[in-house]
Amino acid sequence: MKELLIIAIGSALVNNVVLSQFLGICPFLGVSKKVDTAAGMGGAVVFVITIASFVTGLIYKFILTPLGFEYLQTIVFILIIAALVQFVEMFLKKAMPPLYNALGVYLPLITTNCAVLGVALTNVQKEYNLLQGVINGIGTSVGFLIAIVIMAGIREKIEYNDISESFQGTPIVLVTASLMAIAFCGFSGLI
Amino acid sequence: MNRCTERVYNGLVKENPTFVLMLGMCPTLAVTTSAINGVGMGLSTTVVLVLSNMLISMLRKIIPDSVRMPAFIVVVASFVTIVQFLLEGFVPSLYASLGLYIPLIVVNCIILGRAESYASKNPVIPSIFDGIGMGLGFTFGLTCIGIVRELIGTGAIFGQQILPLADAAAGKGGYVPVTIFILPPGAFLVLSGLVALQNKIKNNAAKKGKKVAESAGCGEGGCASCGNGACGGKVFPTGNEE
Repeated sequence: MKELLIIAIGSALVNNVVLSQFLGICPFLGVSKKVDTAAGMGGAVVFVITIASFVTGLIYKFILTPLGFEYLQTIVFILIIAALVQFVEMFLKKAMPPLYNALGVYLPLITTNCAVLGVALTNVQKEYNLLQGVINGIGTSVGFLIAIVIMAGIREKIEYNDISESFQGTPIVLVTASLMAIAFCGFSGLI
Repeated sequence: MNRCTERVYNGLVKENPTFVLMLGMCPTLAVTTSAINGVGMGLSTTVVLVLSNMLISMLRKIIPDSVRMPAFIVVVASFVTIVQFLLEGFVPSLYASLGLYIPLIVVNCIILGRAESYASKNPVIPSIFDGIGMGLGFTFGLTCIGIVRELIGTGAIFGQQILPLADAAAGKGGYVPVTIFILPPGAFLVLSGLVALQNKIKNNAAKKGKKVAESAGCGEGGCASCGNGACGGKVFPTGNEE
């Protein structure tokens, strides 16, 4: 139990997926203009990464390992994730329309989010079992949610500030990200 | 200028993936802690890009339009796996320092973007040169960022000590490294400086009335504008688009 908690906190705060591992930078910079959309994107990422880390874990353990096809992991994982994202989208559209309306727009964007593939590969690299893998997935994606929502909150305030011409747009967002990364460095003593 | 050298020039200068298009930001930020890592990552990406451009261009008349995205992904992922094994076998030190980011070349926007927008529409030879140009442009970008970070963060370039370090114990004055530049926050800081510099150049050019290439970066349109932009991010056709 204690070990699972360490994995969760470690992946959410200490090794934050965006601010210290640099995965999922595209949506972090692109979809963080408003807090609502950022929360929607974060929610969709939590949803997809949790399912993806479970499914890739299952396939690695029960199909790739017994057949000795571990070296095909990259190809297999990326196809599973791409198919999974679209399957989840279709399923939500039919079965849970309210959730689909909240997350739907963000789902297709997640295929190109390297955080999903990153989690699946990390789980294999660190030899996590199925439960540990899912916990790592949840921790990582919650870390993404935290980072993108904080970023969106700061960006809403930045709108009112007077920024020098060259730093408008992406550069000031990157400076903000840098300061957030320094703040997140403070978590490194936690575990 | 003939078509092949034009492609190389296009990738290196006019549409430089790092500085102009702002594609492939994840590896750009993650592996540039030193110049040598930047070169290694850039060259690995170049190899994958050239080979996948070549194969996709050869197969462009065979792959049906509706399943082109999954087909491209399989091609790219196969080459990435090959490159991963070659690095593991021949350059284990680089393999260890790049780690997770080698398999993640698969989801690098540049590769799928070039496959979609160039290789799937053009003959083999120009596609190969397009891959070389874009790859070298990316390598150049990563190396620049790597040199800046390594120089400020450790006072060295490619592992060679350029600035003599201060030694408090011996009472010797010198350069005190700013360690934060080789830590994650430094990556964001250096990139923001470079983008601001590029904005400055662009603004000056715009004032002079020159036409400037539009940035198609991740920063504005989210990932929809990257590799999978053409089909709205959908890898497998669901049949209900348009």
